[in-house]
Amino acid sequence: MELTKEEKDAVNEEVHELLQTFGKERENLIPILQNVQEKLGFLPGQAMEKIAKHLEIPAVDVYGLVTFYNQFRLNPPGENEVKVCLGTACYMVGGHITLESFERKLEIQEGETSEDRKYSLERVACVGCCTMAPVVTVNDEVEGYVTPTRVDGIVNSLEEQGNSTNNDDTA
Amino acid sequence: MSTNTISEKYNELKGIAAEKVKDLPKKTVIQVGMATCGLAAGAREIKEAFEKEIQENEIDALVEEVGCMGYCYAEPLIIIYKPGFAPFCYGYMDEGLVNRLVQDFLLNDDPCYEYALVALETNDVFPTFEDFPRGVYEQKIILEECGFIDPTDIEQYISRGGYSTLAHALTQTPQDLLDIVKEAKLRGRGGAGFPAGAKWETTQKTEAETKYIICNGDEGDPGAFMDRSILESNPHLVIEGMIIGAYTVGATKGYIYIRAEYPLAVRHVEEALQSCYQKGLLGKSILNSNFNFDIEVFHGSGAFVCGESSALVQSMEGKLGMPQTRPPRLATEGFQGKPTVINNVKTFAYVPHIVKEGAEWFSNIGTPDNPGTAVFSLVGKVNNTGLVEVPMGTTLRQLIFDVGEGIPNEKNFKAVQIGGPSGGCLPESTLDIPIDFESLHEAGAIMGSGGLVVLDEDDCMVSIARYFLEFTQQESCGKCTFCRLGTKHMLNILTRITKGEGDKASLEILQELSEDIKAGSLCNLGKTAPNPILTTLHYFREEYAAHIEEKRCPALMCKDLIAYYIEPSKCSKLCSVCVGSCPTEAIYTREDGLKAIDQEKCVKCANCMKTCPPDYNAVIKLSPPELLAEKEGKK
Repeated sequence: MELTKEEKDAVNEEVHELLQTFGKERENLIPILQNVQEKLGFLPGQAMEKIAKHLEIPAVDVYGLVTFYNQFRLNPPGENEVKVCLGTACYMVGGHITLESFERKLEIQEGETSEDRKYSLERVACVGCCTMAPVVTVNDEVEGYVTPTRVDGIVNSLEEQGNSTNNDDTA
Repeated sequence: MSTNTISEKYNELKGIAAEKVKDLPKKTVIQVGMATCGLAAGAREIKEAFEKEIQENEIDALVEEVGCMGYCYAEPLIIIYKPGFAPFCYGYMDEGLVNRLVQDFLLNDDPCYEYALVALETNDVFPTFEDFPRGVYEQKIILEECGFIDPTDIEQYISRGGYSTLAHALTQTPQDLLDIVKEAKLRGRGGAGFPAGAKWETTQKTEAETKYIICNGDEGDPGAFMDRSILESNPHLVIEGMIIGAYTVGATKGYIYIRAEYPLAVRHVEEALQSCYQKGLLGKSILNSNFNFDIEVFHGSGAFVCGESSALVQSMEGKLGMPQTRPPRLATEGFQGKPTVINNVKTFAYVPHIVKEGAEWFSNIGTPDNPGTAVFSLVGKVNNTGLVEVPMGTTLRQLIFDVGEGIPNEKNFKAVQIGGPSGGCLPESTLDIPIDFESLHEAGAIMGSGGLVVLDEDDCMVSIARYFLEFTQQESCGKCTFCRLGTKHMLNILTRITKGEGDKASLEILQELSEDIKAGSLCNLGKTAPNPILTTLHYFREEYAAHIEEKRCPALMCKDLIAYYIEPSKCSKLCSVCVGSCPTEAIYTREDGLKAIDQEKCVKCANCMKTCPPDYNAVIKLSPPELLAEKEGKK
């Protein structure tokens, strides 16, 4: 995903600031990455390079670690983050069908962010609400019993919300 | 430091706590269960509704946040303590019910028995937990306080006797404490059941200036959530256990490793640690003794394999979470090369109870080789989903049919998947084996993290095995070839079988690969990854055969082997609910007014089946899909 110049500058500044608070020990790597991601929402390449320089380790070590752990993401999150639970209980009652419905409706694959950055779609292992399976979280709000028709409803209501806030801006 | 000052210091803390809670019994208190499961079901709205109603009606009552009681099926749950009444627990709360309870119970004196689930104290009118089958089998030790105290308020924990065991332990010698844990035969609750006392002894005996103690809260198993629940609902119990452990082995620094996916648990533990520092229960000279100990939270980054202790240590050192060869054992050479004790959340939670009540008390619960209780998260096709704690040796049948109250919707029990991705699927015939580390292992499953998923006749065993293998395949760290490539290969085979493309040789290859992966992997992730396949192959071989030979999925679950069909004899011209429900517009109206499915467009989402009114029940699944031609030919 391409970043604009302003975005790149902002990334540089944020990362630089954060790194000042951490020592150069290797065991700081994961906490640094977690902090950067919390600030930026994701881990852009240039942030990883800066971190590698700070810790004096090869950049590939940072990239390797980022791709090893599930928590880290390389794409910016969408305005609306949709996470489909594929824990055991959700899978048994058709969580994968729900995921497919989102993929169809949003025209992106799991793990991607839409071109206009309005939506991102992820799968999560278990949100611990097995009794309401299949479960989806939309912007961290848990939605239970999500059937494919509910998927349409959820996306439509997000669209409507988006439209109404846009209108507010122009008004 | 003398014994006197430790107990003096503790009594001072206890006095403050008692002072703070002394007015509570005179007050109406509403406790809202606000662990993750409660929040998901809408507990926050319930709490806000109570606060609003109480304010509007000018009632003198307190609304408190508590953790999870384990009755997840009835969330959101609340407990109302009103002076003059037994405390009542209400489930399935919504805002209407809040209003009703405020009007009838808080303002007037009608406790609305029709909505109450259970009373917490014996009384003349309403049953208590002990009156239900679940109460008979359950014996809560580490879950006892969960859901009944405010986890963010240390005074509540102290006022109920919390940290008194620590105060007592600090007056004993480390050797005394070690003897108690060893004598109690406490086995690690992370899954493998390694004796905690043996681990502690090694670390205690190893000479080193710095020693570490780590609490493993990296619960990555889909379908298990007890560690999260304990950390969210009663973090001080775990912290107290850790401090006692640290004193026993001589550790000066502790870490609680929690998954980043558990933000609430992280928050509660961090708050708990802070209040411990304020009270002098952590830091320098704990409770005026000469023992110093610090605890920090480490945020895990979400890798299933990091539940393995050597991988966990690697990830704490900022490396890839890959398991390491042993020896050296972590107990002698762990985090930063120093002796390190790593135990599961539950293991530490038992420690204060064992030290307080004694080894003999603990050995008398459960079975001789497996003393104590086991905590399970009961999910899937079972009526009472939630967290349960039963003595070791309880049978699976008791757990599922008595504690869990059986299978919903009058379906038949098929199997129980126990131990998560490393566990196995056990059929009806094995339900009478007692739950303990060895018996489960013999049957092909493992105790594991305690995830227990009940499956009914609608669940396809091949698909389940594939699901778990997909999980372990993705979570394999990639160090050992057999685990990395073997699981991938097995997954491909299973995927082909679920698509009806399997051949007869597949099953032999699966069996062979399973054994090779078990033999050729370093850690338990690899060693146990084939368990779901081995057990399903053993107990449900005919289901595999149906997929391969007849291209049929007996449970009608594998999407590629089924077709949806609307039975014309049952469909009605007057109804077109299904047409609207179809996300791909695959359902059309035939010339005669009945509905039919365009198989080309159908994505098999089952929406039409769910929306078809029960009066008609016209949508059916056919497997293999070839049956469709037969059906359509008939018309």
